[in-house]
Amino acid sequence: MKTPLKNSSTLLALLLLMAFVLPLFAGEYLIHIGVLVLFYAYMAVAWNILGGYAGQHSLGHALFMGIGAYTSTYLFTRLGLTPWIGMWLGGALAGLTGWFVGYLCFRYGLKGPYFALVTIAMAEAAVYLVNNITAVGGAQGLEVAWTGSAPLLMQFDGKSGYYYVILVMSILAVWLSSWLIKRRFGYQLVSVRENEDAAEALGVDTLRVKIQASIISAIMTALGGTFFAQYFTYINPRNVFGEGPSIQILLFAIIGGLGTVWGPVVGALVLVPVAELSRGWLGGSFAGAHILLYGTVLVLVMLFMPNGIVGLYEKLRGKMKSYRSSNQGSEAS
Amino acid sequence: MVFSFELFGQALVTGILIGGIFALISVGLSLIWGVMRIINFAHGEFLMIAMYIAYFLVVKGGWDPYLTIFVTAPALFLIGVLIFQSTIRPILKDPSMNQIMLTVGLSLILQNLALVFFKADVLTANTAYTRLNFFLGPVVVRGSQLIAFVGSGLAAFLLYWFLQKTETGRAIRAASINRDAATLVGINVRNTYLLAFGIGSASLGVAASLMIPFYYTSPTVGLFFGLIAYVVVVLGGLGNFPGALVAGLIIGLTESIGASLLPGSLARVLTFGIFIIVLLLRPQGIFGGKQK
Repeated sequence: MKTPLKNSSTLLALLLLMAFVLPLFAGEYLIHIGVLVLFYAYMAVAWNILGGYAGQHSLGHALFMGIGAYTSTYLFTRLGLTPWIGMWLGGALAGLTGWFVGYLCFRYGLKGPYFALVTIAMAEAAVYLVNNITAVGGAQGLEVAWTGSAPLLMQFDGKSGYYYVILVMSILAVWLSSWLIKRRFGYQLVSVRENEDAAEALGVDTLRVKIQASIISAIMTALGGTFFAQYFTYINPRNVFGEGPSIQILLFAIIGGLGTVWGPVVGALVLVPVAELSRGWLGGSFAGAHILLYGTVLVLVMLFMPNGIVGLYEKLRGKMKSYRSSNQGSEAS
Repeated sequence: MVFSFELFGQALVTGILIGGIFALISVGLSLIWGVMRIINFAHGEFLMIAMYIAYFLVVKGGWDPYLTIFVTAPALFLIGVLIFQSTIRPILKDPSMNQIMLTVGLSLILQNLALVFFKADVLTANTAYTRLNFFLGPVVVRGSQLIAFVGSGLAAFLLYWFLQKTETGRAIRAASINRDAATLVGINVRNTYLLAFGIGSASLGVAASLMIPFYYTSPTVGLFFGLIAYVVVVLGGLGNFPGALVAGLIIGLTESIGASLLPGSLARVLTFGIFIIVLLLRPQGIFGGKQK
């Protein structure tokens, strides 16, 4: 069993406090990196519910990010609807799509690489579909018009406002993710991942829990999509539906530790700052330097620590424990 | 868009010719996927590298594009072997998702190395073959595409013959059917995998040299061809060479006829639609049935 550190709640409280006061001391650039860390942590937590807990690896999660980003942005730019409401409409649409994708794939028993391929194909199809819908800007995409500082329209002067929005979203996502995994639903998801036939034999409705995980994950990802659109103020089919965002959504969950509550957060926390700094330093002469870093880390992690950072930490802790207990045993005898 | 028989004839010819290239790109993936059950998500990026090699030989070295095959194919074989030894071999027994993630990582590395070295520019090699056109009535047949089609057919046939008729080919097929049984009858499965990965990569070298007179190269060119290769392999059935040829033609025709009927790039939605339906209903491919 995973027993938390004795002082882990103190550590957590300290980190949270630091996260909340960061914008008071940090400059715009540092806050920007903070926003990116939190955004990718949030997306990875959302992906992890289907990909990590239930073990169904979607390689096309940008489909949901795109739906969220496009729905709220379209409603905002064309009808003036605030993204605070638009994001939930996008979430609803993504949830419906998540149900549809989950139902189709799991009903036909798609697993592993075949599920991954279908999700890629769906996201790619969405790229080309939206490319050809002129009402949402086609390949040009949509620009979120700057209306000045308007918190009610999810637009802030400076980066701190966005930082707090994504901070709260991330906290809620981690809370939901850790709450889900402790519930019956969470155990059912893990049982599906570990041994689907056995879970089925024990009476778990595997089709239903997989579809539910798909819906929850899709809604959360779409809400993140709205934030992405508001923060970067520009979206196009490639940068919200494409392969790039699909991979970035799952990257940090895999590197941090698949199927764990904190893995996705740790992955983003460790990797995003390094990547952003390297982009800042090398970006002028070496476009793509940060993705190069992501690719290299991904390959190394798969080769040498396939359970990610959190998995490695737990393994080391387990070894320390057994080492200590064997030492105590020898002293006693 | 007005539909006419000329337009349809043109789409038919282009679709068949492009379909041949799609098939050649896919047989390499099919071989690797079929033999070691690993989907190489860097397949398209291997092709991209081969296209850069061919491009520079043609443009900077003044080579005949078709002579570059003698460099691109061995180079890709070598790259394939090196990448297999260093990264794929250690994870052969890992869960399929780790294998996918590793090759996704490889594709990110290759794509962005290309971006670093060659910048995002789209490069086209203007060769003597590029403007070689024949006319079948109102239909234009591009000479470079015709050569690519014939060359693809030849290369795919050669590979098929090698797998069916030679001792080494039989060993590769045996290892793909049952790894343990192959080991028992004295086949060195490790070397067989290495060879299959090398050959699967080398076929992309051939494809790249055939394509360079009529197709551009850029760091992201592999993205599209990689996806097309997954579609063709699944449609034709895993490890099924004749199936891949037919599937290549089907997708080539879908793309070209779709492009003449549908506005913009909507034809591609059709391609992915077919892919999704086949994955859902017949993941063993349209000709499958023997495989479970």
